[in-house]
Amino acid sequence: MTAAQTSTLSAPPSLHRGVLGWLRENLFSSPLNAILTVLVLWLLLLTVPALVDWLFIKANFGAQNAQECRASAGACWAFIREKHRLILFGIYPYDEQWRPLLASVLLTLLIVCSCVRWFWKPWLPLLWLVGLTAVGVLMWGGVLGLSYVENSLWGGLPLTLILATFGVAFAFPLGLLLALGRTSHLPAVKAVCVVYIELIRGVPLISLLFMSSVMLPLFMPEGFNIDKLLRAQIAIILFAAAYIAETVRGGLQAIPKGQYEGAESLGLSYWQTMRKIVLPQALKIVIPPLVGIFISLFKDTSLVVIIGIFDLTQAAKVALADAAWRGFSTEAYLFIALIYFVFCYSISRYSRSLERRLQTGYER
Amino acid sequence: MAHNTTTPQAPRRRLSWNDPFTRGILYQVLILGVLGFCVWYLVSNTLHNLAVRNISTGFDFLGREAGFAIGETPIAYTPSDTYGRAILVGLFNTLKVSVVGIVAATVFGTVLGIARLSKNWLVSRLAGLYVEVMRNVPLLLQLFFWYALITEALPGPRQALHPVDGVFLSNRGLKLPALQGDGLSWILLGLALAIVLVVVMAHWARRRQELTGNIFPVARVGLVVLLLVPAAALLISGAPLALDMPELRGFNFVGGLTLSPEFAALLAGLIIYTSAFVAEVVRSGIQSVGKGQWEAAQALGLSRSRMMRLVILPQALRVIVPPMTSQYLNLTKNSSLAVAIGYPDIVSVVNTTLNQTGQAIEGILIIMAAYLTVSLSISIFMNWYNNRIALVER
Repeated sequence: MTAAQTSTLSAPPSLHRGVLGWLRENLFSSPLNAILTVLVLWLLLLTVPALVDWLFIKANFGAQNAQECRASAGACWAFIREKHRLILFGIYPYDEQWRPLLASVLLTLLIVCSCVRWFWKPWLPLLWLVGLTAVGVLMWGGVLGLSYVENSLWGGLPLTLILATFGVAFAFPLGLLLALGRTSHLPAVKAVCVVYIELIRGVPLISLLFMSSVMLPLFMPEGFNIDKLLRAQIAIILFAAAYIAETVRGGLQAIPKGQYEGAESLGLSYWQTMRKIVLPQALKIVIPPLVGIFISLFKDTSLVVIIGIFDLTQAAKVALADAAWRGFSTEAYLFIALIYFVFCYSISRYSRSLERRLQTGYER
Repeated sequence: MAHNTTTPQAPRRRLSWNDPFTRGILYQVLILGVLGFCVWYLVSNTLHNLAVRNISTGFDFLGREAGFAIGETPIAYTPSDTYGRAILVGLFNTLKVSVVGIVAATVFGTVLGIARLSKNWLVSRLAGLYVEVMRNVPLLLQLFFWYALITEALPGPRQALHPVDGVFLSNRGLKLPALQGDGLSWILLGLALAIVLVVVMAHWARRRQELTGNIFPVARVGLVVLLLVPAAALLISGAPLALDMPELRGFNFVGGLTLSPEFAALLAGLIIYTSAFVAEVVRSGIQSVGKGQWEAAQALGLSRSRMMRLVILPQALRVIVPPMTSQYLNLTKNSSLAVAIGYPDIVSVVNTTLNQTGQAIEGILIIMAAYLTVSLSISIFMNWYNNRIALVER
């Protein structure tokens, strides 16, 4: 039989016949599905036009004051236009706000670069070191002719990014050590790590933030004062480390015993075994959950509002407190939600693609 | 490794750096020493600081008069009560919002997870959109959003939204009619009796099926029993039962059941946020069951509900339960964000206490102890359940 004959004889009737075929298959495949479709369509018809109306059509983009804005029935995006610099950069000196902008861009670039495979080289930590130093110089100033800005004036997006990236950068090595400690054969080391991890994971981040804000000053010798921002950063690092440790432990458990035995028979020391054989494999396995932890860390930085640190959410609340522009909290929160969403969603998309790429090595 | 080598005929040890056993002991002594020094240093600093600031230590303050009012009190409380009682009120508030939140998030999240797997394109896409949006926006922001929406966008009590008789939606929260009277306790009694009956019946039905192979419709009969027995209890007792309708008097509502804006916002935020995660857990659980299992169940001629209950769910639950435990724990811990919108949960009450008395260490210890107890209880229960449903292997 020739190929042409086969196709004429056995080509099945196509199920995908244009728009109608698609509709029948995806929306009306059974009576129940049809009912569902109609129900959902009805719900959408109720909500979507009203939403679009409020968000765009009746929205006010250019009002000069709040009265004008209230007069229009839709969202008041003029409020965001008026306050976006306050929301994005907090009370950082107005004329110097190009510095936090540049710092935010730099931090974002660092994160993006770390996601690209080409940058996964031994010098990546070095790149981070340089990048973070540059961010510090930009934010603090005081050198290179930049005026000094103390960190109580920092705020908004750069602060959120700083808390998250520094949090990851320091929590990761700490978490790694804790995970190794928890799987160690030395009972004392293991006990210390288990207690630490379980204690931290059992309590909410807020209580750690409170603890760092009221108890750290008590812990320190008299007259020694730690900055408020640093205290929050320490709490975030300690918190994230416990979660990272548990994830990495999962990866360590997934490494077959033969790998350890092989390393032992080669005469490698404990640290050599871990560095050269176990950790590279274990970390590769847990990259997706680790990225998940980074995303939740990014979201969790918003909790510093509660101890009065000026991150994105707090900046929005301050913008809302302006008596001249009161009552546009929906717009303000939607604006910040969009910023968080863009960051978190892109990282989670990336994580999923990474998962797919890394999986190829394991598939049979 | 080190301590495993101490078999009865262990080689004679020399105190040498090359002996892993000696080295292990040395490391541990070193680490414990450093840790001990740190703890001693911190404690001595703290004691010194406390002495300088004239703060007394100990839990005596729990017995003193609190002097602040709490908006929502599941147990009787007045400002003249003690700090201890105030903290207890906070704890009950935390438990209340957590329990309601966990139940609702599980139900809602499961529906969403199944919807995401639906063959209906519209339904699955919509569920996917919901999950992505809710997972990627911080919970705190969502809480602020709902709270602002309730207190700013909703009208005052006089113009309250009034969708159904007895239900008022205003910036003072949600008002619902409440059941009142002695009949309530009879209904509860009847319900308890019905539950016992259903359990006994399920047991008997299983025995009968094992012996005879006949299937008894436990679910349908059970539902009838659950509805009929409480109703019968109410009718037989003849106890009064009335609906307490909320009414607008002056500037606020009187009577009925109230969901305060704080509670409503917190609950809405927790449910909406957590259900997105629950949906993902449920979806991954159902997807983990191989297609062959569905086909095999179909080939046996099982009905769709029995297929789900007897074949798919028991296997999916093994994948679902452990991550679900973490979601429950997260929800409970996330309820501490209540402090940001003014719902008096344990963190917010302790925070007030701590600001008034200056006893930071004790306050933080109380919060931590409370959450650790709750977390451990949830995880012990879920681990027990997990072990019950786990795959029995060789």
